[in-house]
Amino acid sequence: MTDGAVELALLREGPAVAKGDVLLRADHLKKYFPIKSGILIQREVARVHAVDDVSFQLRAGETLGLVGESGCGKSTLARCIARLYDITSGSLEFEGADISKYSRRQLRAVRRDLQMIFQDPYASLNPRKRVGAIISDPLRIHRAGSRDQIRRRVLELLELVGLSAEHINRYPHEFSGGQRQRIGVARAIALKPKLVIADEPVSALDVSIRAQVINLLDDLQDELGLTYIFIAHDLGVVRHVSDRIAVMYLGKIVEISPAEELYQRPVHPYTEALLSAVLVPDPDLSASRQRLVLEGDVPSPIDPPSGCRFHPRCRYATQVCTAEEPPLVQHGSLGHLAACHHPLSFETQVNAWATVPVSAEAPLSETAIT
Amino acid sequence: MADPLLDIRDLKVSFRTDDGLVRAVDGVSVSLYEGETLGIVGESGSGKSVTVMSVMRLITDPNAQFDGEVIYKGTNLMGMSQDQIRSIRGAGISMIFQDPMTSLNPVYKVGWQIEEQIREHEHVSRQAARDRAVELLTAVGIPNARERADAYPHQFSGGMRQRVMIAMAVSCNPDVLIADEPTTALDVTIQAQILSLIKKLRQDFGTAVVLITHDMGVVADMADRIAVMYAGRIIEQGTQRELFYDPQHPYTWGLLGSIARLDRPRPRRLTAIPGLPPSLMQLPAGCAFGERCAHRFERCRETPLLLDRTGTGHLDACHLSAQQKQDVRDRAIHPELVEERP
Repeated sequence: MTDGAVELALLREGPAVAKGDVLLRADHLKKYFPIKSGILIQREVARVHAVDDVSFQLRAGETLGLVGESGCGKSTLARCIARLYDITSGSLEFEGADISKYSRRQLRAVRRDLQMIFQDPYASLNPRKRVGAIISDPLRIHRAGSRDQIRRRVLELLELVGLSAEHINRYPHEFSGGQRQRIGVARAIALKPKLVIADEPVSALDVSIRAQVINLLDDLQDELGLTYIFIAHDLGVVRHVSDRIAVMYLGKIVEISPAEELYQRPVHPYTEALLSAVLVPDPDLSASRQRLVLEGDVPSPIDPPSGCRFHPRCRYATQVCTAEEPPLVQHGSLGHLAACHHPLSFETQVNAWATVPVSAEAPLSETAIT
Repeated sequence: MADPLLDIRDLKVSFRTDDGLVRAVDGVSVSLYEGETLGIVGESGSGKSVTVMSVMRLITDPNAQFDGEVIYKGTNLMGMSQDQIRSIRGAGISMIFQDPMTSLNPVYKVGWQIEEQIREHEHVSRQAARDRAVELLTAVGIPNARERADAYPHQFSGGMRQRVMIAMAVSCNPDVLIADEPTTALDVTIQAQILSLIKKLRQDFGTAVVLITHDMGVVADMADRIAVMYAGRIIEQGTQRELFYDPQHPYTWGLLGSIARLDRPRPRRLTAIPGLPPSLMQLPAGCAFGERCAHRFERCRETPLLLDRTGTGHLDACHLSAQQKQDVRDRAIHPELVEERP
């Protein structure tokens, strides 16, 4: 941040979370949506198991990528973490406090530190408000300073996300998709949050604009020390931004691993299939890669399959997979967990990207920009 | 080379609006030969969809103005009446769209919708059309096709709906299948299923395919030849290999560079193309990509023509010489080599 940064009242004391400390811990998190039926008396007839027993932790300063197909529960999980949904059961610790049962009033204080960026920059900005009002709303709600201070902060934010001061009085419809997403980003970081949950932030954007927004999010993380949960269905994008990646299938995390290791050595057959389905912009490689085409669709989360939820589509499935649910256990290096009865061999597998040496990856410390 | 199956010649499409004339397609010429797959790549607003919608004569907006010719089997489609074009649509050239939910009629059973198309073009009995529809649904991988033919579109998943669309599109053995972003709305695993289905149909029936997409990965997998569009014009056109291994236009470099690729080491930063595409109402004088191009020089004030500058039939619309392109290209595409500017 620049030297002349506006000091706001919200730059408060309180338990600072140092980089590397656990910022968020989800423990056996569940979110079921009831399906009700009946005319006068609404009885619950079934439940959508949107998020079913998810546990993970997130350290300050890191980016956790969340991937999976539509309906796997990744957006629901994001909204549970932001507490936009009530949580059915399980605990959710943010900065050491369990916020899973917090009331709206209690949540207001938490939301300073926990902000969200949405997929659709057309739907997530109020078309009747000017950009200045949209970005200053969080500052005013949290009484973050005088009118003048807030205005200066908004100008500073506009500059930070690559828009200019003259944009402050315009309406969202005057902007392109990429610019609108920048407005959404400015709003999310206005209060200097600790955790930003980005739900498919670039999926609605064109390829060339997508790269601009990803680079912006990257820069902001370095400058502001943000922690991200980054949801996307584009595995290339997720790998680019993430330190660790969790793969979800039908409401459960089936594999979670350091990013590069997940791509080099997937352990769960679903991850393997997902990676194999990704198209590469290289005709020769595209022609030589063997592709595993997954049959069928994702089953209904109302009545998920028994045992391992992936077994009806899994080419390695046996009797045990239909009967017993596999636990998430460690494979490969520390922090690489997968839930599978027949995990792919970590040591011997020939991965799809064998041409790429793992060591070629730039160390994280070099990502800082000047 | 034989005559092309479909030949688009200097197609121009513009729309009159309150704010001025929008030049959506500005002089596009491209040919499709028998049995080949032509990929048309571009971002939103580049004119790729308007081009093919015009070929199918699906743009009925009274404010639209058309110019140029589309020759299919010796006749100019642009000169046909809507009645005449109906006999071509579906039977000669058929189309599948991005969103199968909005392109299927929600109040009719899917089997009926396929039968209707067959009976429109061929004089067959209801029962024969029915049997064909079931056969087609089976061919595109719908399980229990006979029962599923009696289901409504909303009872299918996104991938299954796209299969139904494909079954309908190939029901009258068309020569040309136009697929407008057929997998954009689908998950990766379902995308893989649909693309391999299109490949299989292409192989079995010898259908020529026009594949419109924004995804370079899709054309790397499917296309024989590729045209890249920007601001209503084709800015580069060549074989698949030429486009990927010897790209000539800085915009194509930008497209290739901005992809977060899984097959390469992770770069520190993606090479984003700066700025935004120009407004189609006020295209800048000269090269439309000029303002966003890092290699711009004086000549770019003149509009570059789509010419064969390499001598191999590979066309591009960029004033840089082949040598200059060679010198700057790798650094422009590979992000690792790009110096970070303050």
